[in-house]
Amino acid sequence: MQTHVLKPISRRQALAYIGAAGASMALSNVAFAGPEEVAARINDITGGAAGDDTLIMLDLPEIAENGNAVKVAFDIDSPMTAENHVKAVHILADGNPEPDVATFNFSPAMGACYASTRMRLSKTQNVHVIAAFSDGSFGSASATVKVTIGGCGG
Amino acid sequence: MAKVKPRVKVPKTAEVDEVIEIKTLISHPMHSGRAVDGDGNLVPRQIIHSFRASFNGTEVMSVDLKPSVSANPFFTFPYKVTESGTFDFVWVEDGGKEYTKSKKITVG
Repeated sequence: MQTHVLKPISRRQALAYIGAAGASMALSNVAFAGPEEVAARINDITGGAAGDDTLIMLDLPEIAENGNAVKVAFDIDSPMTAENHVKAVHILADGNPEPDVATFNFSPAMGACYASTRMRLSKTQNVHVIAAFSDGSFGSASATVKVTIGGCGG
Repeated sequence: MAKVKPRVKVPKTAEVDEVIEIKTLISHPMHSGRAVDGDGNLVPRQIIHSFRASFNGTEVMSVDLKPSVSANPFFTFPYKVTESGTFDFVWVEDGGKEYTKSKKITVG
């Protein structure tokens, strides 16, 4: 059987360790994209056009136990013809170091418009999905995901 | 680095005009450039930043990935098949390295 011997450390050493840990935590405190930055990014994508949220079915967990892999799926009711299809879908998160998560580019050949993937969420935050349609209009949907353990590896 | 292995699930056969579901997965750590390793050193950013799916040479779908996509990027998406052919899937890593996978489907 293996025994573990704990090396005694002095009070001074202990304080030094705690100080070092605190400093490294302060360093890893990265800037997060706030709701303002995401709003600006959405404005960038849509050019200020208001999105209609009735067209997008968003499948997100209400509570994510592990922020390292949060399933995100969307389903958009679109005929996917050459004249009327979904060109792109942007996934944005407002509490991550950068707002963009992924951008899906679609073509009419798909026949339907849905997709799913897994993303990292660093903390409890809002996730936005913006769809760009071929006629130049936009749709949007958003949901709040509560994150128990953040997934930014810091 | 662990071996990067792309995997794809496509039905072997389908009816004409059937909308099939494609599932793709690639084992990749997706280093975001923000995490530290056991020695406290920052792991440099190394992610799959682009994914493309094409059928018989025509691109049908693509994804731009950011560091917020989880390790081992996984996607599902539909495709309406009208003829037999080959799907080609390409994942592009930072630095330009490409990983590819092909799948055949028989329609009719």
